[in-house]
Amino acid sequence: MSDPILSLSKLDAHYGDFQALYGVDMDIHAGEVIAIIGANGAGKSTLMRSISGLMPNAPEQVRLNGEPIGTLRADEVAYRGLALVPEGRQLFPSLSVEENLMLGGKVARPGPWSLTAVYDLFPVLKERRKQASTSLSGGQQQMVAIGRALMANPEVILFDEISLGLAPVIIKTIYDALPGIIGGGMTALVVEQDISKALEVSSRVFCLQEGRVSLSGKTGDVTRDQITAAYFGVAA
Amino acid sequence: MIEWTGVIVQGVLLGGLYALFAAGLSLIFGVMRLVNIAHGDLIILAAYLGLSTTMMFGVHPFAAALLVLPVMAVIGYVLQRGILNQTLGPDILPPLLVTFGLSVIIQNALLEGYTADPQKLSAGAIETASVSMGGLTIGILPLLTFGIAVAVIAGLQWMFYSTALGRGFRAVSDNQDIAQLMGLNKAHVFGLAMALALAVTGIAGILLGIRTSFDPSIGGGRLIFGFEAVIIGGLGNLWGTLAGGVILGVAQTIGAKIDPGWQVLTGHIAFLVVLAVRPNGLFPRVQH
Repeated sequence: MSDPILSLSKLDAHYGDFQALYGVDMDIHAGEVIAIIGANGAGKSTLMRSISGLMPNAPEQVRLNGEPIGTLRADEVAYRGLALVPEGRQLFPSLSVEENLMLGGKVARPGPWSLTAVYDLFPVLKERRKQASTSLSGGQQQMVAIGRALMANPEVILFDEISLGLAPVIIKTIYDALPGIIGGGMTALVVEQDISKALEVSSRVFCLQEGRVSLSGKTGDVTRDQITAAYFGVAA
Repeated sequence: MIEWTGVIVQGVLLGGLYALFAAGLSLIFGVMRLVNIAHGDLIILAAYLGLSTTMMFGVHPFAAALLVLPVMAVIGYVLQRGILNQTLGPDILPPLLVTFGLSVIIQNALLEGYTADPQKLSAGAIETASVSMGGLTIGILPLLTFGIAVAVIAGLQWMFYSTALGRGFRAVSDNQDIAQLMGLNKAHVFGLAMALALAVTGIAGILLGIRTSFDPSIGGGRLIFGFEAVIIGGLGNLWGTLAGGVILGVAQTIGAKIDPGWQVLTGHIAFLVVLAVRPNGLFPRVQH
């Protein structure tokens, strides 16, 4: 097998005295779609913050394309081709829809994504491009957040809880759009509390429990019981 | 009647200078929530840099601005990245304390370098030139100052809302972490904001130095006028800052007309009245 595009080794994370991640190891190969599941507080969002550079690590704990990026700032990590769709969307309220997308395009790596491509993927955003980003519905805001991350043309994209707080029909629309995004060979990490959605789009799954990987395997190979055990920590 | 019209026009034009004091304060507070206590002293520093430049090269103060503005911008960038960035965080106290210390340092350095003697920038005939309009005589210099203030604020407004740099400023102001994820290095963005703010401060310092005499101790007073203009106008609103400067200027000239000793006092009273009636200022930033 080829070298992994993203590799975590013995990744720890702390908030002050509280340790949120304990020695997490992951090897992710180009083009894979990985589901990361786990209960509230299992460390999923901390994992996203650590990978994207919002939380500092030791250099070798995170490698992107073989290069250690553990100590880089988030903006430096972004230029190396990693983008995060943050939990809760977190659009810039002072910026219009189009300005949010253009800001995402600041890291203009070469690739297929542009304003036009994002508007083709989510046509409703084109109609609303001049509006304040906060005037959109939750689902539309999520589309902006995804588009904003895509504008950088990342090699690896992290989706943090993209279904959170959205109506089921909206979640379906967004997940239906995912293959069109990831199909272009992008590597994706999908963090979800909604296990079935995450398993649907992914080829491999990692389950986190209290900061440790409690289960990993091919999506087709893990059973419901194994997931339940790994998710809640009850003996299987 | 015409006499009072003249007073009000003078006040409006004076407000232009106050708006220039305030624009830099408003900009850095808007981008990084930093209250710069040394702002007034940086205005005076710019005036002294203008003085040195005019003496050294024998040029007009307006020509000196060509050197003073970039120098102030560089000072701003280095100051921000070297010192002030380290003070920014969830606690608002460290930047206040550090800029307060900076204020003391600048004042004393100016005192060492230039003594306490009042100085003035000499701009020649323009200082006393005037135009007559409908029975009023208006000084060219105040008129020019006001025009520059309008141009500076229009320029800042355009930069904020129509350029990639302004988009970056607004994004970092909204959410520093997410802006960082988008490839914006906030340390650099903050440096640029301070550079721009101090370039505007450079303009204000030179115009101040032509208008009145200055010495190292008057920075604090300019800081207060700038603050008052920002608060009256509403935080984070650049055109509001101009309006705030004008209100402050008019209040001061009306006070001075009643009794010359009242000039500063009436300005403060106008500020307190606005604060009591509209604590967020007259034109607070509209959240859209």
